[in-house]
Amino acid sequence: MNTNFSAEDRKGWMSLLASSEEARLTELWQDYGLDPDFEFLRAPEVGGIMIRGRMGGTGAPFNAGEMTVTRCALSLSDGTVGHGYVQGRCKAKAEIAAKIDALMQTGAAEALNEAVLVPLAKARQAQKTARASKAAATKVEFFTMVRGED
Amino acid sequence: MYVAVKGGERAIENAHAWLAEERRGDTGVAELSLAQIREQLSLAVNRVMAEGSLYDPDLAALAIKQARGDLIEAIFLVRAYRTTLPRFGSSRPVETSGMACDRRISATFKDAPGGQVLGPTFDYTHRLLDFKLAAEGDVPEAPAAEPRMETTPHITAFLQGEDIIEREPFSDDVPGDLTREPMAFPAGRAVRLQSLTRGDEGFILGMAYSTQRGYARNHAFVGELRIGVVPVEMEIPELGFCIEIGEVELTECETVNQFKGSKTVPPQFTRGYGLVFGQSERKSIAMALVDRALRWEELGEDNLGAPAQDEEFVLSHSDNIQATGFLEHIKLPHYVDFQSELELVRKLRREAAELAETLASREAAE
Repeated sequence: MNTNFSAEDRKGWMSLLASSEEARLTELWQDYGLDPDFEFLRAPEVGGIMIRGRMGGTGAPFNAGEMTVTRCALSLSDGTVGHGYVQGRCKAKAEIAAKIDALMQTGAAEALNEAVLVPLAKARQAQKTARASKAAATKVEFFTMVRGED
Repeated sequence: MYVAVKGGERAIENAHAWLAEERRGDTGVAELSLAQIREQLSLAVNRVMAEGSLYDPDLAALAIKQARGDLIEAIFLVRAYRTTLPRFGSSRPVETSGMACDRRISATFKDAPGGQVLGPTFDYTHRLLDFKLAAEGDVPEAPAAEPRMETTPHITAFLQGEDIIEREPFSDDVPGDLTREPMAFPAGRAVRLQSLTRGDEGFILGMAYSTQRGYARNHAFVGELRIGVVPVEMEIPELGFCIEIGEVELTECETVNQFKGSKTVPPQFTRGYGLVFGQSERKSIAMALVDRALRWEELGEDNLGAPAQDEEFVLSHSDNIQATGFLEHIKLPHYVDFQSELELVRKLRREAAELAETLASREAAE
């Protein structure tokens, strides 16, 4: 059992898994190789959540529209409970996310982090940096034309 | 009287089979994949997500394929699917000030901190057909520059510092949800915004344009337009803490509008707000203009009787699925309704003819 993690750590890995690319996550999970025995507490289920915005970006909330989410919950044979909440409609992704959430609470955490979470985080950061770089290249540089002698 | 008529099953079945064949088109042409639609028709995908009111690019791509590119039909499919989804909860309001901006422009401040970032825009293109796109070819990688990793502050925040623009009253009230309760008027701004963001782009655009042409003019400046990705946070009930449950691309438009003040409020700028799924710039600007026009009452402005000021009119006619449902239902069999109309017109004609005959014979007798 790995008790050496905070709610903030758990929030971090669950968030990373939620918006990870399905194909990449599956690949990394398969490469990691360990597939623990488990029992579903809640079988994978597709649903929606309502996304809220704020009036003027800072005021009172309003409902902006929904997005698809898939969730599941499972327990490992040692009783550790894992939750998967992921964007989209992929049940397999939710299942992998729940297994990783459970294993990250066990002694497997360090190896799993190296094998799956670190590469996911790197890929995500690289993608964000690439977009930000392209946006930066479209930033307008103004210059003023001075006319006349003085 | 209601008369049920059966029949047409075979005709319907065959019509659907032909529809499938026509949807596929010439089999000598490669079939479209959902990934192609998602990646290469992304603005159509965005519109279907926005008006379908469900963020899921793959699902929107499927709907577009199934609807043969008829976007309102695709939106209909997404809305129908949406109703089958259990609702797991609601997100925390998204923080658009933390958006990773692909595009961010201001029409009011040239030197806004964060700069004018054009992003992948159609603006400044010459709108000449590019025949190179008719042939397949590689696209050169777009140039890159030193990325800005810090967040980009909202333009209105600067005006707020000077206290020269109205403040958005902050609250954490649970907003009304038109997917759960039927619309009632006055709807309130939260429900108005929900309705506008999923409303038909053409309708919202027309309404916004009418305000620019003088029907309740409110002279909007685009204080800021930003497009980019924001994380969506939701509290996980089983865990009692929030996670980022996903990411969505949004377009946000904040307008800055003239306001001459009222008895209680000094002259200041007022605000209109647009927030739409995906890269949906036209819709987002239009939404902000209509939002501002609909706020006339709370700002103590005059009701000029303009359509864009009429909440009941705007909200009741902006939903293209409601509109198309009612409009298109009149093509379905109305045989019995029409039979009674036919009887009525025949009877009226008979009576009119009899009356004319009576009058004519009376005249002749005199």
